[in-house]
Amino acid sequence: MIRANMIQMAAWLLARLLSFQSWKRGLWSCVRLGLIMGLSFVIIYPILQKIATAIKDKSDLYSPIVIWVPEHYTWDNFKQAIRIMDYWTTLGNTFTLSVMTTVLTAISCAFAGYGFARLKFKGSNLLFMGVILTILVPPTTILIPVYLNLKDLNLLNTYWPFILTSMTANSMKAGLYIFIFRQFFRGIPKEVEEAAYIDGAGVSRTFTRIMLPNALPSIVTVLLFAFVWQWNDSFYTTTYLTTSKVMSIQLSSLPYNLGIMLSDGVSSRADPFYQSMVLDTGMLLAILPLILIYIFVQRYFVESVERTGIVG
Amino acid sequence: MKFMPKLRLSQRTYAQKKAMWGFIYVLPWLLGFIFFFFVPLIASLRFSLSKVEANAKGIIVNFIGFENYIEALTVNTSFNRILTESITNMVVNVPMIVIFSLFLAVLLNQKFLGRTFARAIFFLPVILASGVIMALDSTSLVQAINDANEGGSISRGLGSFELAMMMEEAGVSESIINYLTGAVDRIYQIVSQSGVQILIFLAGIQTISPQLYEASKMEGATGYEAFWKITFPMVSPLILVNVIYTIIDSFSRNAMTDLIRETGFTSFNFGLSSAMAWIYFLAVSLILLISSYLISRKVFYYD
Repeated sequence: MIRANMIQMAAWLLARLLSFQSWKRGLWSCVRLGLIMGLSFVIIYPILQKIATAIKDKSDLYSPIVIWVPEHYTWDNFKQAIRIMDYWTTLGNTFTLSVMTTVLTAISCAFAGYGFARLKFKGSNLLFMGVILTILVPPTTILIPVYLNLKDLNLLNTYWPFILTSMTANSMKAGLYIFIFRQFFRGIPKEVEEAAYIDGAGVSRTFTRIMLPNALPSIVTVLLFAFVWQWNDSFYTTTYLTTSKVMSIQLSSLPYNLGIMLSDGVSSRADPFYQSMVLDTGMLLAILPLILIYIFVQRYFVESVERTGIVG
Repeated sequence: MKFMPKLRLSQRTYAQKKAMWGFIYVLPWLLGFIFFFFVPLIASLRFSLSKVEANAKGIIVNFIGFENYIEALTVNTSFNRILTESITNMVVNVPMIVIFSLFLAVLLNQKFLGRTFARAIFFLPVILASGVIMALDSTSLVQAINDANEGGSISRGLGSFELAMMMEEAGVSESIINYLTGAVDRIYQIVSQSGVQILIFLAGIQTISPQLYEASKMEGATGYEAFWKITFPMVSPLILVNVIYTIIDSFSRNAMTDLIRETGFTSFNFGLSSAMAWIYFLAVSLILLISSYLISRKVFYYD
């Protein structure tokens, strides 16, 4: 009896093993695993490379046996890069600038987005076309006149250009944020709003008490994008700020400063490979805060965009 | 019937109040739009049509017609080449990025072990691949040494060469082969530029109701059929969004932007620089118009 059962079970297992469906499924998950691992490696490879370079000693640079794991570990590269970039000051400046523009942009874009989504007035659709236009026109087209205006007003090399543009929802990629907010507010049912009005709340009260708390996912998305893009931006920062110590400027002038520092004033005498090594370390230091932030917020990042109205 | 006018009046004031608040909410943006966008845009158009001289007193603008445009297109040595290069790059990269990100979004939407981790890695380029980091990355010498040490670049080149040979024997046309091998060689560039696009597609896929898939499975549709008959039409509006986003995204990192800046800020030829910027803008908007026209004809809207 037991034997018959076992034979039956074996046969069933065999049939399952040989069935086309399960083979296909197994094969697909293998292929999928391979693809995802491979592409993840492509993405992570430069970071790993930089880490491997940053902890290497100078002598390992020419050693043919050292590719990934260095023979002599050292913090020298970090010390050099931190000294030359004036890292802590730069970090503070960049952080202040990014937080400031991010918060102001989010506030002004939320107002504009709500205005365009729910509070229609004569010509609001026409103005929204203007928002689309700001997304479509390459920033280089208007760069020179803006630069000249700011120069006339003596606002260059201050944070004022950033503050003004982000207060008025015209900073980097602000059109996109307005678009995101508008789509999201349009997705919140009208009944919610009407209930608030009937209960006696005015427009501004409805907005701050009812709509904003509901729009949390889109707020998180906009905050994240604005922060990251401002942090990495070199286009506006190199135009508006030429002497301030901000991460992206320090990073782009690092090769030059490095050459001067390492060879006592004559930039051509420095060892280019060593320069490149310290440059890699500098880049690692510049993106390190972003990666740390990303580790903590990436869950919200993924979830929030999934729930944001970009899709509708 | 007597209270009707009164009601309508109060309704109108309510609507008016809303309209007023709407204007107030939009006002900051409007001010910024006028001062930081519209006026500069017109000024840039004016600069492009004139000779601009900057000196200690200020700037002098003299109207000279289309001379700057003619100079950009016929005299300047690098403008034509860089314009065609960046436009070709755009045309080549955009379909690749969109297809790749749709594929990955479908992949990342399936259930498998470590999905959260994989997603976290695939959105990392959103953070890393922007601005200076991207620009400096290409100049890293240490990476070059390592590649040489490993013989990496040679074997990688060989890989795509063999792929090309294989496809040629199979009778695939040459231009398609070149396109595909080019994609293999530029895989890092493509992966690193498709972070936001994957996010958008993933968000779109997740709004498709699962009932559609259940019903199709009941009727005996395979996964392949479900993709082409359900997923693809449902996310097709987002293809348009992503194409436009990818084109806009390419503004921030291409040779054209560098050339325009250099002409403006290093040789201080504001007129020529504005003319270049306007030619570039017109070329890009032409591409945007054509692609959105072609795609929007095929797009399927559910509602």
